[in-house]
Amino acid sequence: MSIKPTLREYKKPEKLSDYPEATCFEAGHLVTKNAGWRNVRPVINDEKCVGCYQCYMYCPDGVIFKKNDKVDIDYDFCKGCGICAKTCKLKAITMTEEER
Amino acid sequence: MSDRITAKNITDNEFFYGHKACAGCGGSLAVRMALKVLGERTFIALPAGCMSAVGFNFPQLCFSNNAIISTFAGTGSIITGIEAGARALGLKDYHVLGMAGDGGTADIGIQALSGAIDRNDRVIYICYDNEAYMNTGIQKSGLTPFGAKTTTTPAGKHIHGNVKNKKNMFEIVAAHGIPYAATASIAYMDDFIEKVRKASQVDGPSYIHVIAPCPTGWGIPADRTIEAAKEMVDCGLWYLAEYYDDEFHLNRDPNEFTSVSDYLKSQGRFKHLSDEDIALIEQGRDKKWEKIRAWN
Repeated sequence: MSIKPTLREYKKPEKLSDYPEATCFEAGHLVTKNAGWRNVRPVINDEKCVGCYQCYMYCPDGVIFKKNDKVDIDYDFCKGCGICAKTCKLKAITMTEEER
Repeated sequence: MSDRITAKNITDNEFFYGHKACAGCGGSLAVRMALKVLGERTFIALPAGCMSAVGFNFPQLCFSNNAIISTFAGTGSIITGIEAGARALGLKDYHVLGMAGDGGTADIGIQALSGAIDRNDRVIYICYDNEAYMNTGIQKSGLTPFGAKTTTTPAGKHIHGNVKNKKNMFEIVAAHGIPYAATASIAYMDDFIEKVRKASQVDGPSYIHVIAPCPTGWGIPADRTIEAAKEMVDCGLWYLAEYYDDEFHLNRDPNEFTSVSDYLKSQGRFKHLSDEDIALIEQGRDKKWEKIRAWN
């Protein structure tokens, strides 16, 4: 398992003493997704992808990950910036309108 | 060099994830990749600025390594403090990294950075340069280039944006006689990664100045961040270089530059520039390259 901040359930503190002491907090602790930011959605065409991983290298959010010599996207945290589609020389990623 | 870090062998670990940076943020890419190179045993300190604003939103902590927000002016001093503490505890195999923006480096944090280099501790300082105070709403910093429109250097009829040139941070740092300093661009990722790796092996302070465009502040679409960073290098307004063994080394010397005008005109912050302004910027570039080409 690779290291990565993960989504966890968060119970809102009811009283002051429930808050952590000082300003320290657990690393890699996520409570909200970023999916709602997205207007356009990157879609990978596995047939065109050759696994060069350039999209993975240039994703500012790190939401593209390697999978079976190709790539996949964590849509919970993708903001739809479109850098992956621009970076892909083989045009294996297309930006499509987000449906919701 | 077999120990080079490439797209194939770089770690799958993500140390900066789920953050609230704008879509297409160049700074967050610089932080993400620097941490991937340095690994989990890295203490990172970030001053007030975009990266601390987007990474530490209680109860959310987007770093999976040890991370702290430093005072705005104190990135340099806090990293040498962390280093001294880690050394006193007898820790082994760790890196201490400070990552500040252009304002946090060239204006507010320059004194602490200078002191940190002088103390000669084993720390890495990376300036992610997006050329203005973006977090607070695009105010001019010491690294805002000539002609750029910011909220404090508006483009009017008589004064066309910023009247000053970018501070030469790389050479200011090198003038300390630092063991290792480099310039980089997020568009030349392999080069940036290699420079971070080199910095991690230096027994002393190191500094990397990486250009990281800000779509919001530069007035470009979110998907053009990498292109803009590449064009800036290709048109000669930025250069890839290193400083070590008391000498400068130019890493990339193109035979021909791409169009400065195309680079400028594609960004909202430069849209107002006249042909005379662009000619001035080109002259500045040519003068700069005459100097830096003499390094090799």
